[in-house]
Amino acid sequence: MAVLDFESPRGALAVLRRDLRPKGRLLTPFNVVSALIMATTAVILVFRFAFGLGAVTNLDQRFPWGLWIGFDVVAGVALAGGAYVVTFLVYILRQEQYRPIVRVTVLNGFLAYVFYAGALVLDLGRPWNVVNPIIGNSFGLTSVLFLVAWHFLLYMTAELVEFSPAIAEWLGWRRLHRILVGMTVGAVVFGITLSTLHQSGLGALYLMAKPKIHPLWYSELIPLLFFVSSIFAGLSMVIVEGSLTRRIFEDRVGSRLRRSHDDILLGLARIAGGTMFVYLFLEAMKILHGQLWREIREGWGAWYLLEVLGLVAFPMVLLLYGGVRGKLPAVRAGAALALAGVILNRLNISVIAFRWDEPLHYVPTWMELVVTAGILSAEIWVFRWVVGRLPVLGRRPAWAEEPGRHGASVETRHEAA
Amino acid sequence: MERRTFLKLTAAAGATSLAGCASAPRSAEDAGEDYAVLVDLTQCAGCRMCEFACAEANGLPEPDYDEKTVDQVRREPSERQWQVVNRFETSAGEVYARRQCMHCLEPACAAGCLTKALVKTDEGPVVWRADKCMGCRYCMISCPFDGPKFEYHSPVPRIQKCQMCWERLRAGERPACVEDCPMEALVFGKRSELLELARQRIYGNPGDYVPHIYGEHEAGGTSWLYLSPVPFAELGFPTNLGTTSYPELTRDFLTAVPVVLTVWPAFLLALRRANVGDDETAGSPAREE
Repeated sequence: MAVLDFESPRGALAVLRRDLRPKGRLLTPFNVVSALIMATTAVILVFRFAFGLGAVTNLDQRFPWGLWIGFDVVAGVALAGGAYVVTFLVYILRQEQYRPIVRVTVLNGFLAYVFYAGALVLDLGRPWNVVNPIIGNSFGLTSVLFLVAWHFLLYMTAELVEFSPAIAEWLGWRRLHRILVGMTVGAVVFGITLSTLHQSGLGALYLMAKPKIHPLWYSELIPLLFFVSSIFAGLSMVIVEGSLTRRIFEDRVGSRLRRSHDDILLGLARIAGGTMFVYLFLEAMKILHGQLWREIREGWGAWYLLEVLGLVAFPMVLLLYGGVRGKLPAVRAGAALALAGVILNRLNISVIAFRWDEPLHYVPTWMELVVTAGILSAEIWVFRWVVGRLPVLGRRPAWAEEPGRHGASVETRHEAA
Repeated sequence: MERRTFLKLTAAAGATSLAGCASAPRSAEDAGEDYAVLVDLTQCAGCRMCEFACAEANGLPEPDYDEKTVDQVRREPSERQWQVVNRFETSAGEVYARRQCMHCLEPACAAGCLTKALVKTDEGPVVWRADKCMGCRYCMISCPFDGPKFEYHSPVPRIQKCQMCWERLRAGERPACVEDCPMEALVFGKRSELLELARQRIYGNPGDYVPHIYGEHEAGGTSWLYLSPVPFAELGFPTNLGTTSYPELTRDFLTAVPVVLTVWPAFLLALRRANVGDDETAGSPAREE
């Protein structure tokens, strides 16, 4: 096998040298602010590793997990669910109309996992032992967290494989490109399976925290609720982020995506709305089975209703209305509200309604907020760099044009070329 | 290509379905031979000798003993102090109650630990191992008794909690606190024998005890057992924990994992295959570019 016999490695080097230089103006308001945040993050992290987590966070013996886990990991991974849903639509259900957004969605998902799951390492007290559950000297097989950690790692690999043809196109590696394209379906099937399990697994982590989570948020259904909500959280993220990306990277958008972008968003809105209906049904079952009527009438009930009615039911109506009637503003508003709803849900379970009865409740420090913003900034910088240079939104090299839907057609094309 | 993909996936699924193996439950009968400690709160005079013995035996700082305030401040075990004795004004007058890790028969912390840093030893104690732990603190999320404590102000933090003097146990000695208790409020022995002793005390001294051995069934049973003259709620003990073990709460999920890992890929590939038909009749818009 001549796998490593890439066409012109020198050409790839030239591409790298050209593309590593910054493009466009450097001193934009976004660049200045985000660079400041990232610099502050770096300083805070020095303190964090020199003096321990207590030096920069408000975590304590009652609240071992705060914003870095609750927002960065638990909410962040739900929002990154778009990748497995869109690849499911395109590669399993063969809904070809969604193919133009596969790459950008997978890239987003991959970066989200790298940065948000990567943020997990900052929160580990003894990060030098992070390889222990991987290398096999101590497999905690009874641990849901063991499963989640493994699945994060494997899913990142699967997403990298799904995205890798774009890298090969960028560097002009045709032969490798053919091999990588052939691996896509396998990676997609494996990726969807892993996502099913770790999206629900993140919820299953909280099953043992039974006495600590307010009964309106604790239920045996948490894994299922996490899985179902990751579907519409991911799709809402694709809608919001797709609307922004299209405007910001106007010149990088290919003709197919330009033509069909609005229809794609409307279609995704309908799917997200339908999923939210299922989610609301499950929430209703949870209330009925748990006989939680009294809790709803008490103090936390209003907060719960804000989440479930205000930030799930209302955006569901917006998404379905906008999706069916072709009203993009309603779709965008619905998606943004749905995102807020899922973030609130994850924060409620992991932070806000966690030890709700504790008089001195955890509130993050400004440093925890800055680090979270710093990680987000870094992710946006990398995303911008990749979208600005790699064929993500369209504009592929002629030799790698749309492979069609059968793996075989790729090969025949290449033979012909 | 489909078949090859499927084979690759099956191999991968097989490798990772390991992650779903749930541990065999540990029944109360199995645990009867484990070492355990019975705390008889009617005997405790609040002298705190046990606190000092614990600190000395485990190389911990001196307990935060302050003659003036120690009776008024409600203390919790911490990363510097594995056990504390508190005074409570109760319906039966003054009662002193100590708290430490309960050493569950099926510990949530050990089941949740992804590196097996926390383990239930054959002797009974639940112990922590520094070379395994990555400091994720999931043990603290899952423990219903808030046993594990974390050193937030150290760059090399450890999980700190009562180890039930595991080393001493293996050398044939009793835990340091039991050894130093002048009131014999702490009794060390086999769990089944201590349960027997506790029942004898309850039956033999009607009115002195509430008829409840805390730890016999709480959270699936613990290696530390308590007798009290007043209901345990008055002493700040959690009374909403139920009698099933906490790992039981995730067992259904973990059982479903290997099923999903093996069935899902096959189902997805079949679904993909099934959609080919629609495709050919509907034409191929993907190739129009």
